Amino acid sequence: MSGIAQRIVVPVVASPSRRWLRRYGLAAAGAAIIVAWLLLAIFAPWAAPYDPNFVDVAGRLKPPSSVHWLGTDALGRDVASRIIYGARISLLVGFTVVLIGGLFGTLLGGAAAYMRGWAEEALMRLTDLVFCFPPIILAMAIAAALGIGTGNTMIAMLVVWWPKFSRLARSLVITQRSLEYVEAAQTIGFGPAHILLRQILPNAVGPLIVLVTLDLGNAILVFAGLSFLGLGVVPPTAEWGAMVAEGRELVQQWWVATFPGIAILSVVMGFNFVGDGLRDWLDPHARNR
Amino acid sequence: MPATVDAPADAPLLQVRDLRTWFLTDAGPVRAVDGVSFDLHRGETLGIVGESGSGKSVCAKSIMRLLDEPARIVEGTILFRGRDLAHLDEEGIRAVRGREIAMVFQDPMTSLNPVLRIARQLVEAMTAHGRFTVAAARTRAIDLLRRMGVSAPERAVQSYPHQFSGGMRQRVMLAMGFSNEPSLLIADEPTTALDVTIQAQILDLLRELNADYGTAVILISHDLGVIANVCARVLVMYAGEVVEEGAPEDLLTDPRHPYTWALLHAAPRLDAETEDRRLVTIEGQPPDPRAWPEGCRFRARCPFAVGKCAEHPALLPVGPGRATRCWVTQDGGPLHPPGRVSAQAAPATTAHPAPLLQVEDVQKHFALPSDGLFAPHRLLRAVDGVSLQVMRGETVGLVGESGCGKSTLARLVTRLYEPTGGRIVFDGHDITHASQADIRPLRRRMQMIFQDPYASLNPRMSVGEILAGPLKLHGIVAGDAAARTRVRELLDLVGLPARNAERFPHEFSGGQRQRISIARALAVGPDFVVADEPISALDVNIQAQIINLMVDLQERLGLTYLFIAHDLAVVRHICDRIVVLYLGKVMEVARAADLFARPLHPYTRTLISAAPVPDPRVERTRRRVPMKGEPPSAISPPSGCRFRTRCPVAEAHCAAEEPPLMAMAGGQMVACHFPGRI
Repeated sequence: MSGIAQRIVVPVVASPSRRWLRRYGLAAAGAAIIVAWLLLAIFAPWAAPYDPNFVDVAGRLKPPSSVHWLGTDALGRDVASRIIYGARISLLVGFTVVLIGGLFGTLLGGAAAYMRGWAEEALMRLTDLVFCFPPIILAMAIAAALGIGTGNTMIAMLVVWWPKFSRLARSLVITQRSLEYVEAAQTIGFGPAHILLRQILPNAVGPLIVLVTLDLGNAILVFAGLSFLGLGVVPPTAEWGAMVAEGRELVQQWWVATFPGIAILSVVMGFNFVGDGLRDWLDPHARNR
Repeated sequence: MPATVDAPADAPLLQVRDLRTWFLTDAGPVRAVDGVSFDLHRGETLGIVGESGSGKSVCAKSIMRLLDEPARIVEGTILFRGRDLAHLDEEGIRAVRGREIAMVFQDPMTSLNPVLRIARQLVEAMTAHGRFTVAAARTRAIDLLRRMGVSAPERAVQSYPHQFSGGMRQRVMLAMGFSNEPSLLIADEPTTALDVTIQAQILDLLRELNADYGTAVILISHDLGVIANVCARVLVMYAGEVVEEGAPEDLLTDPRHPYTWALLHAAPRLDAETEDRRLVTIEGQPPDPRAWPEGCRFRARCPFAVGKCAEHPALLPVGPGRATRCWVTQDGGPLHPPGRVSAQAAPATTAHPAPLLQVEDVQKHFALPSDGLFAPHRLLRAVDGVSLQVMRGETVGLVGESGCGKSTLARLVTRLYEPTGGRIVFDGHDITHASQADIRPLRRRMQMIFQDPYASLNPRMSVGEILAGPLKLHGIVAGDAAARTRVRELLDLVGLPARNAERFPHEFSGGQRQRISIARALAVGPDFVVADEPISALDVNIQAQIINLMVDLQERLGLTYLFIAHDLAVVRHICDRIVVLYLGKVMEVARAADLFARPLHPYTRTLISAAPVPDPRVERTRRRVPMKGEPPSAISPPSGCRFRTRCPVAEAHCAAEEPPLMAMAGGQMVACHFPGRI
């Protein structure tokens, strides 16, 4: 039989490393970007060449040079240093909002879906209520009511953030709930908390992780948007959205707004690449292609 | 007739030679079809039988060239009316598909487009090949549906597929298949998803169509009974090859390949009385299609293997119209019938007079969403007044078509559902409305085995965790070490190596998963086990292994079973008593042997007659009682006797008054105004 196997020429497919690169190359690039930003944020005091809040009126609006790589802003502050310190706030807010919102939303949506009945109905109408408003407008309204500040803005964002996780967790739990292993756990006598947390949620975690990853970029973008509108951070804190806002009328001094914008773009794209890669990796159909 | 280069009239319609279809995956070629050759003549009916993974479906798809990447025909020819389909270009093959070769698939629920009306789909199938105008195709669609036995075809063509039942959709698929008068119809497991009564109707239709239109048919099935019912010639496939070929009369009564022999003896027979409940099984698993074994591919599992089997046998003739790929039967000798494992003095299992489970007039109604805001909720009466008793140590079978309420009843008994009415008493405890906390201690005594081995095990938990969970919950073992020991014992009990505790469900085959599922049910040491179609998703040989295991466990542990199945032969084989359900009501209760010897209810009679027997000689002598139509809806069941709308002997009285379940001679019980009339 091996004779036949040798006679028939099996077309050679791309080598394993080529295939890996084609499938996960972008995700790896995205991960590299995210890791680089995380390292910069953690080691900001060492990575930043200047104090981000050091005002040097004499050296204001200097173009990029060997002294100030990305130039200086209207108060003479070093743009590169401010971007590096700004990464701290952006990443912190992004992770906090998405992780807390995701955890809260998942548990609420999962529990509602498992219990069914009026609890599920009530939760879904509540999420409808939040979905009625454009998220950034609702967050703006809440943040404005609570007062300017990073903490208040995060609370505002959390309020608009959890429903999408509730929705997704609900649909995932509903699919799993009808499978026989859940009935098997019930016949054995396990209680609802065990079944939901230990049996169902581990099977629903894949799409949730993908949503978390894709959403991190989104949260950073929304927070930057709120800061751009003057709601996020208190001046003079370095933050990307606020920096873009400060530079938006300086047409000649393009570097003031452009570099923070590129920072936002790179982080959002990085998270999107990683999220897409994760989705492919978790999807068995896409995986075998 | 198109201008085809037709060979002489007596030449075969289809000539497949050394066909090899491989899946060129990243991990190396999967040799799904690996050297298949056969001929098919005009108007002939050919059956292809084999277990899942034997390559029978891939073979059919290769003929139609319905292969997706990474599958590819790497060698061989498929000569069809003078053309080689294996090497035809895309345009050429499209002209053949649907026009000259039509195909009907297994799943009637997904093979029709849900957003298009039946008429549109049928008309498109006909106009696609330019043989009919739209108007002509439309008239023809209605005629075809009528021919396929669809009632009121003028209205039916205006419907969407979801308005049809599975059997009706399969009729539509057949209408579509025959719409262009093909010379070959390939039916891939066309009745596997259907109930046995509907299956009988569809098989009858297939036979008639073959006779009327002279269309050749290739019928693919895992069920020897289905094949024997329709086909004039049978191919048995194993490990990507044809291992035996012949007429069903010869092949099914005197198999010449050990695999055919094993298939034949593994399935319980509807027409056979057996003393022993154990079935003949073959060891092991089918080989890995990435690396077929050297020599005979069946050798490792073959009870007849000899030294010569190390050499790969060719498909050689062993008689007129017969061929087999086996060294042992080359000299023309038959394979001896299986030596029965001597029935170890089975303890008189049955007949402890105390009922372990008592179900009295139990009901379960599901509220459906109402049609409008103010419309009343409609009720689905899944179980509507069922009474039954299960004695200690006996096996009670629950049979009926899908939708008869048997699975709902299983979930009521195990209190996954709460009954709408009636009473359920388990060993003296009334559990009808017990809360989940109250019932938890009883869960140790009452367990369940599920139908789908792919859904019933949590994919994120290792086998060890799956089995240790119940032990810890009920405090059966103290500490992790004791739990691990017990897990090993449980795996050993169901015939799996103990090292499997570390592995995850996806690493196991369907049969092995079902063993794990049984081990989980036994972990808490129950005395009552509800088995909800535990073998219906498995191949014949694996079914036999699981049945043997369940019978063994019953003897060793003194278990009581409530066994739910739709396969009458299986139920007859392992059950002491059988309860026949129809639309949420009990039709008949009897001892297994009595029920098959003299069924009193017309429904039981038709069910038995619809189940195929894998022996054409027996088939010919059996009395057939055709069942009319489809089961009515459980939302608005018929008045009086629920079976009357399909009953061959119903009278006006049946619509007026519902027959009670009456006790007859010998403990048989039947709910019919005219018991035994048919």
